[in-house]
Amino acid sequence: MPATAPHIKIKGEIMDAAGLNRTLSRLAHEILESNRGVDNLVVVGIRTRGVQLAERLIEKIESFEGRKLPLGSLDITLYRDDLAYRQRALLSRSKQPRIQATDIPFDLEGKVVILVDDVIYTGRTIRAAMDALMDFGRPAKIRLAVMIDRGHRELPIRPDFVGKEVVTTPGEEVRVQLANVDGVDGVLLVEVTQAQT
Amino acid sequence: MIVSKHLLGLAGVRREEISIILQTAQFFKEVLNRPIPKVPTLRGKTIVNLFFENSTRTRISFELAEKRLSADSVSFSTTGSSVAKGETLLDTVRNLEAMKIDMVVIRHSASGAPHFLATLIDAGVINAGDGRHEHPTQALLDMMTLLDKFGTLEGLKVAIVGDIAHSRVARSNIHGLRTMGAKVALCGPATLLPREPREAFGNDIEIFTNVDDAIRWADALNVLRLQLERQAGGLLPSIREYANYFGITRRRLEAAKRDLVIMHPGPINRGVELESELADSEFSVILDQVTNGVAVRMAVLYLKSGGDLEVANGAG
Repeated sequence: MPATAPHIKIKGEIMDAAGLNRTLSRLAHEILESNRGVDNLVVVGIRTRGVQLAERLIEKIESFEGRKLPLGSLDITLYRDDLAYRQRALLSRSKQPRIQATDIPFDLEGKVVILVDDVIYTGRTIRAAMDALMDFGRPAKIRLAVMIDRGHRELPIRPDFVGKEVVTTPGEEVRVQLANVDGVDGVLLVEVTQAQT
Repeated sequence: MIVSKHLLGLAGVRREEISIILQTAQFFKEVLNRPIPKVPTLRGKTIVNLFFENSTRTRISFELAEKRLSADSVSFSTTGSSVAKGETLLDTVRNLEAMKIDMVVIRHSASGAPHFLATLIDAGVINAGDGRHEHPTQALLDMMTLLDKFGTLEGLKVAIVGDIAHSRVARSNIHGLRTMGAKVALCGPATLLPREPREAFGNDIEIFTNVDDAIRWADALNVLRLQLERQAGGLLPSIREYANYFGITRRRLEAAKRDLVIMHPGPINRGVELESELADSEFSVILDQVTNGVAVRMAVLYLKSGGDLEVANGAG
């Protein structure tokens, strides 16, 4: 059977660097307004891009309020529910493992956690993230902030703060690009197909 | 890349795979330090621990690793089982497999028992020690402990001291450490060294029959448990003589490197292969080995269950 590799076709630009920056400012204001300030607030990003976005939100909030919020990073790989599906590829696996560090250097008990991710799609990542957070303590609230909501939910999860809602088809993907990970800021709509190699 | 669903030994296992296991184990070590040290990763998987030989440390370590990963596990020992009525390994395993298990952790006194099992069943097989052959997870946890202390295994000088010839821990360590670029020395009485060590393990293996030479050479000592039945087998004049000539003592460590590390797979014969006080001293990393054992076993169970850690951007 011939091997396949993903082929990516850019279908459009959803946000440029300036748009992404403006959206982050708005999200930061919405979070502050909803929480009536920064009291009791902590920010946890889902690796990888959720952490980068969380860092930027913290910078924005600090510039508005003069207080730096604590940042945690969460890797949800061990909480995913699709290990059995991956078993099929066991013998042909060729990718390096990518469990990444989870680091929550503060007590979650009684805190309002702003959970940050780049894209919400099926909702399974967020479910896993909430399960993981609960293993670190019992927060008073978890509020979800995402840059893009692309729909197609498989679980009844809705974000509290959304940068932009984008209508997509299942064959499409949304790529949030961030300067310190991808070299450039922006959001792209792409189509991924399995190209023959 | 994890190329097999089994872990039968470290001979022939590539450096990349060992690195992945050790790297993954570091992440599981973080899980062990969480307020709730448990993840749902292997929920729905059933693992059977088949211990045909006595074991406390390894069995508990595997059981704990399985529980920390939320697997369902069943432990089996020969006492009080159908094996005591004469059932063969093959029959035992076929019965267990009919009960729809996903993975078997096996310890057996016969070298090669896990390999035999792996040819017969669909479940993944993890060797928890087979005869005089291999004990791969012990060697992996030893390597993890050395990595924690020294940051690299490349060029690290590790002397394995004791009954090398009969030790599965030594054999797995030799294979694993050499694959990872460490320098290995074997030290023990001639009766307890393998007959042709360089033929078996490679020309770069150092051999010492004087433990003081090994101590001067080493960055780390992996002190093996002296199996007391060796004396009855005529391989040692007496336990006291072994302790005098090969026992690691604080006085002997005066010639050692300042940051020397002492490991021991346990259980320790205090005062025989290792002076009792040294086992609890600043040189000892024995309890670190025990902690790392759970993390390494979690990593092995996870990776051999199909754990692939790639998460696509915006996957969910």
